[in-house]
Amino acid sequence: MEAVKGEARVLLGAPATRFSYIRDREEWLGPLMLGPAILYIVLVVGFPFFLALYYSVSDITLGSRSLGFVGLKNFTGVIGTTKFQTALKNTFVFAILSQLLVLVLGNVLALALQKDFRGKWLVRLLILLPWVAPISLGTIGWLWIVDSIYSVINWMLRAVGIFGPTFWPIWLGVPHLAMGTVIAVHVWRLLPLATVILLAGLSSIPKDIHDAAQVDGASFWRHYFQVTLPLLLPVAVVALLFGLVFAFTDMTVIYVLTRGGPYDTTQVLASLAFFTGVAGGDLAEGAAISLFLFPLLLAAAIGFLRIARRSEVV
Amino acid sequence: MVGGAGRLHRNGWRMATVEARDIRKSFGTVRAVDGVDLSTKEGEFLVLLGSSGCGKTTLLRMIAGLEKPTSGDVLIGGQVVNDLPPRARKIAMVFQSYALYPHMTVFKNIAFPLKAQGMRADAVRQRVEWAAALFGIELLLHRKPRQLSGGERQRVALARAVVREPAVFLLDEPLSNLDAKLRASARDELQQFQRRIGTTTIYVTHDQVEAMGLGDRIAVMQHGRVRQIGTPMEVYDEPADTFVAAFLGSPPMNLIEGKDCLVGFRPEHFLPKEAFPMTEAASVPFRVTRLEYLGADRLLYGVLERPFPEQKVIAKLPSTVTTSIRQGETHEFVVKEKDLKFFDRDTGSRSAPRPLSTQFA
Repeated sequence: MEAVKGEARVLLGAPATRFSYIRDREEWLGPLMLGPAILYIVLVVGFPFFLALYYSVSDITLGSRSLGFVGLKNFTGVIGTTKFQTALKNTFVFAILSQLLVLVLGNVLALALQKDFRGKWLVRLLILLPWVAPISLGTIGWLWIVDSIYSVINWMLRAVGIFGPTFWPIWLGVPHLAMGTVIAVHVWRLLPLATVILLAGLSSIPKDIHDAAQVDGASFWRHYFQVTLPLLLPVAVVALLFGLVFAFTDMTVIYVLTRGGPYDTTQVLASLAFFTGVAGGDLAEGAAISLFLFPLLLAAAIGFLRIARRSEVV
Repeated sequence: MVGGAGRLHRNGWRMATVEARDIRKSFGTVRAVDGVDLSTKEGEFLVLLGSSGCGKTTLLRMIAGLEKPTSGDVLIGGQVVNDLPPRARKIAMVFQSYALYPHMTVFKNIAFPLKAQGMRADAVRQRVEWAAALFGIELLLHRKPRQLSGGERQRVALARAVVREPAVFLLDEPLSNLDAKLRASARDELQQFQRRIGTTTIYVTHDQVEAMGLGDRIAVMQHGRVRQIGTPMEVYDEPADTFVAAFLGSPPMNLIEGKDCLVGFRPEHFLPKEAFPMTEAASVPFRVTRLEYLGADRLLYGVLERPFPEQKVIAKLPSTVTTSIRQGETHEFVVKEKDLKFFDRDTGSRSAPRPLSTQFA
């Protein structure tokens, strides 16, 4: 009996190596692999987030050592100001317009890239380029492109005769034009990601379905709107969600191009929070501004993910 | 509309023939379809049979208009349709995957081709209900494809195909996703349905049982060419070459090398002399090396003995033949003269029958 046991131990390996079996045990291996990611999220995202939550109900400023609880005073105080209301309105205009453009253009690009044509790799590379370049560098490039004196757009269009001798748009200096410009640059920047996501979605639709639609006699538009688009919806919703969150929370393009100007006409909540909290030193009010849209974004995210799940197919 | 030359069927259905004239398709250097001439009769059930990669699906897709031929013409109803898009060809296609629109209900799936034609809503409803009744899926109309079984999906795909009364049906392995039991009954239903509506049908499959059971004629394909086209009886009993002979039948035809030709005979024609004392038959000594008992049949694997070359052959005895045969024994077997097929040794094509004694001395 003892001999049999000994033999079994030889066959199964010594107990000392038990740790190596952890690779075969999903209930241990899973958490172990996820651990670093969770730790990272807790430290880099979770901690600052809860700190911001606390700041927003405190009276902290950059120069003081006090950290008293003031309730919702920061929120109620800031809501009434014109500065805040303009920024809130701008945020929505900026986010919604840029996302509309990104979705439409991303769809067109993805449809085009799905077809085979000569030089496709080059087009792909060019489209992806804005995503690869650091956003601040790319935006600085745009700063030069739309410069009030050296703008290459203006000089080129004047050279070919499209702009007359008296027509000289100051891209970043006029309220509506400035908003248009920051939206355009933001679209330029987000388009690669949306295109790639939509392209992945398009190629996940089985070819047979497209063939069936063709045999069934669907015209291009019917094919696109009744077959392709609904099947693309779960993926498009993800792209839209990413884009919206980006547009609502990111301020790189605006910070580099206009700093919120002229006269705060391109100020969005993210940039206003930065200028109030970091540049202006009022950490509490900055935190309150930056958190203002959090409940809304959370609700939007949940809603979108639900749509995505419901329209998931097969 | 393509049906200019098509004739109206008794039920008011437009019928058309399909013709391929020296049609070719290359993908890069691969010649998927390499010069196929083919024409269906009106209302015929034509099966394209071949192993995977033989070009049968590519041929079907060219007929459908989903693939553009490198050269050659496709004619539907006597009219060249090379430049017509699929929707203008009056064809309907059922795909191997069924290709149902996953986000639409069964009703909307079936209605889709009608709406694409711009049919009015009440007319659409009427036709969808008619097509659904044809396949017994009236109760599934509000479901989504993912809530259906494989057999139900297949019926929906067929209903979507018939609903706008095409002149030609193109079916690409529509039964291959069904389990074996369902496949048999689906085969039966499919044939009944085709006979009833009488629409010209081209059916692609790699399954010879399906091909034999369904086809009015079978086109056996290999390497992008049609090796033989004929009724199931013709391709089975009178194979045009060794490929067709070896492709059809399970187990395939025995081929043994003679002096200047190949001699073929089917396993089920290779019978023990003891049970079949025939006069007009060649007598062959056969040493059995292995036995397989399959219930309805017995398969005997073994080798021929002198004066025949020592080559492997298979005999298939129905269970009604009770002759006792054991492993290792040599028995005298017979093949009727008319069941012997002769093939050219070099080209593999059929050649004239000749006395067996000239081949084996």
